[in-house]
Amino acid sequence: VQAETKTTVDDISSTSKDSLLGAWQSVHDGPVLLDFTKVDYINSSGIALIIQMLMEADKTGRKVAAFGLTPHFQKVFTMVGIAKYAGLYKDEPTAAASL
Amino acid sequence: MSMIPTAGTSVEVRLPSRLGFEKVAMGTAASVAQLMGFPPDRIEDLKTAVAEACINAIEHGNRLNEKLSVGVILSATADGLEVKVVDNGTGMEKQPPKPDIDRKIHGEEDPRGMGMFLIQALVDEAEWVHDSKGKGSYVRLVIRLDKDSEFDKESK
Repeated sequence: VQAETKTTVDDISSTSKDSLLGAWQSVHDGPVLLDFTKVDYINSSGIALIIQMLMEADKTGRKVAAFGLTPHFQKVFTMVGIAKYAGLYKDEPTAAASL
Repeated sequence: MSMIPTAGTSVEVRLPSRLGFEKVAMGTAASVAQLMGFPPDRIEDLKTAVAEACINAIEHGNRLNEKLSVGVILSATADGLEVKVVDNGTGMEKQPPKPDIDRKIHGEEDPRGMGMFLIQALVDEAEWVHDSKGKGSYVRLVIRLDKDSEFDKESK
């Protein structure tokens, strides 16, 4: 999660719930950039956390863009439908320009 | 990397029922698949499918009871790799419905519940076998050499 707060985690799974949701809650408004460049493991619990963030963003009309996903996780995010609610980009400048 | 004959071989791993240990199975499956000559994108598919199968076994099969272990049996054949993930649960009588992202985003469906969908989408065969006595329910996954995942085939 970027903006006023930057939180770094290697895994997006149930173990990162407090870090991720805590970071999300500390950023009160504006668009959100999700940086996955240092993430090498995402499981279904992590996907559920991202969906929870997207639910909040959808309710408040905030735009979300993600960058730095490996090709595998880009595919997974497309499969599960996350790509419908968050733009997936190869790098930070492209993602930031989309918001 | 030089190829090592793998057909007919089997590797077994036993995991404690603690979340995080699915990574041990992922790493082992990736190593076996690499020895068999699977391409990197299919190894990534396998890793995610094996991780999700182990998480289901740890959470739902063994209910996080650390006295119980999850068995992971990797069997190499001439044309693919079979993975069985065995737990002490009673298995599932029926499969959950396909997840719907729109319903999840609008709070009409639990945001969780993507695991089985991912498994089915990423491997060539997925079969859930339940044992009502709780002595050996398992999920059986197969990925075949020289095949794309179902999703990759549809994307082409």
